[in-house]
Amino acid sequence: MTISRPPRIASSEITPHAVYMRRREFLAGAAALGMAGMMPPASRAAPLSAIKSPLSTDEKLTPLNDVVNYNNYYEFGTSKTDPSRYAKALTTSPWTVKIDGLVTKPAEFSLDEILKPVTLEERIYRMRCVEGWSMVIPWNGFPLAELLKRVEPLGSAKYVAFETLVRPSEMPGQMAFLPVLAWPYVEGLRLDEAMHPLTILATGLYGETLPNQNGAPLRLVVPWKYGFKGIKSIVRISFVETQPPTSWNLQAPGEYGFYSNVNPQVDHPRWTQATERRIGDGGLFAKRRPTLMFNGYADQVASLYAGMDLKANY
Amino acid sequence: MSDARPAAPIPRPAFAWRNLIRPAIYWGGSIPAIWAFYLGFTDQLGAEPIKALEQLLGLWALRFLIVGLAITPLRRLGGPNLVRYRRAFGLLAFFYAALHLAVYVGLDQGFDLTAVWNDILKRPYITVGMLAFAILIPLAVTSNNAMIKRLGGAAWQRLHRLVYAAAALGALHFLLLVKSWPPEPLIYAAIVLTLLLFRLTPIGKKPRQRRVAEAQAHR
Repeated sequence: MTISRPPRIASSEITPHAVYMRRREFLAGAAALGMAGMMPPASRAAPLSAIKSPLSTDEKLTPLNDVVNYNNYYEFGTSKTDPSRYAKALTTSPWTVKIDGLVTKPAEFSLDEILKPVTLEERIYRMRCVEGWSMVIPWNGFPLAELLKRVEPLGSAKYVAFETLVRPSEMPGQMAFLPVLAWPYVEGLRLDEAMHPLTILATGLYGETLPNQNGAPLRLVVPWKYGFKGIKSIVRISFVETQPPTSWNLQAPGEYGFYSNVNPQVDHPRWTQATERRIGDGGLFAKRRPTLMFNGYADQVASLYAGMDLKANY
Repeated sequence: MSDARPAAPIPRPAFAWRNLIRPAIYWGGSIPAIWAFYLGFTDQLGAEPIKALEQLLGLWALRFLIVGLAITPLRRLGGPNLVRYRRAFGLLAFFYAALHLAVYVGLDQGFDLTAVWNDILKRPYITVGMLAFAILIPLAVTSNNAMIKRLGGAAWQRLHRLVYAAAALGALHFLLLVKSWPPEPLIYAAIVLTLLLFRLTPIGKKPRQRRVAEAQAHR
């Protein structure tokens, strides 16, 4: 019988921690020497400048290593480590986002055009996955509302629909024999949710451009909803009048609702939502922690759902 | 003069490599568990080590069940008769299932038995998994020669046919716990289903068995 072993790495090949911590100086030095141009673009994480935000939590950050190696991004495979393994192949430049539907000024923006007028902020948010685990991630991004206002939505627009890239040649999960989801991955928000100051589009994390496995170059982050609402690698945003279809809801309507607000009182049939495990909390003996209503953002967002039956609208 | 004769020398059994196979299965079979716990205690199981440990142990339980179920088809398809090793694989499957359950109750749920009970009642995959484990208990307890004698061969065999249900429930448990339809649980379910369906076919059955099977089919 065979058992899989991690590759043996000679200790001489492991970068000492002190050197690792000075990696940016190394990169800066390398750039000065004109070596940066020799690196393949996909592997280059460029530093970003971002201002701090009062909306950030002061909780302990999830280690970068976990944030970039434990991902659900089914376009690259169903295992948590598939995205970090296969997403390197994704070309994220050039990149355009088409914004259409019920708007006065439909547009197709390049990533540069999207980022030019905005000030990037660091938003440290809790991220709660529907599978019962959570992270604390320092995103770099800007409020979605800033982009949406540029195209001047019409009064008839009630919802915002989002769409992920379809490119099977670079996304092995989209070529799978048994597709786990119908592509493209689609998501949606009510207009007031989309315009909420907590809702951001992220282009980076931990002060560097977004790694491909985390949804480069542009992804949605809605911290009071389950992680799968945070659609990745967005290529299209449409303003619509009626509630748009969403991928997981299409796949299993009884398990994933349109709203998918974090709610400890509404269990998923397979996972309790009352508690969660914080990634990086401490190995085999880490305790589960209670999940908070709206993932702890109730003060800011509960009013959006006043009078709504959240058990029916899960 | 005593009429006691000197005891006949006990014939020294010939050394046979074959006698080492069974211990090798037990020892070899425990390597994945030792390895999994080693990785867990040295923080090499990734972002969710408890889940990873739980899943590794569960997967090996299912694998050993599959090996046990493959022994009869292998023989009937003209392969070697490995039935004398089947008990080892069955017991390994039981031990892995027990460790899998222990990690779930102890590390995952922190011995919160109320939460465990609620899980059993509310989550179909846990209900199914617990049922599979419950079935394995009487099979493990009776997996020794003394119990075969006590129960009698026919009754013992009837009891041990429950392993078919345990394997089917184990595969179902795996299918139910994942989102959507990723390939791995489907592959395991297909293997288990194939091994179970094989038992309904007459392939490679001895003539007497085949007559009995046909008679039953015509009833």
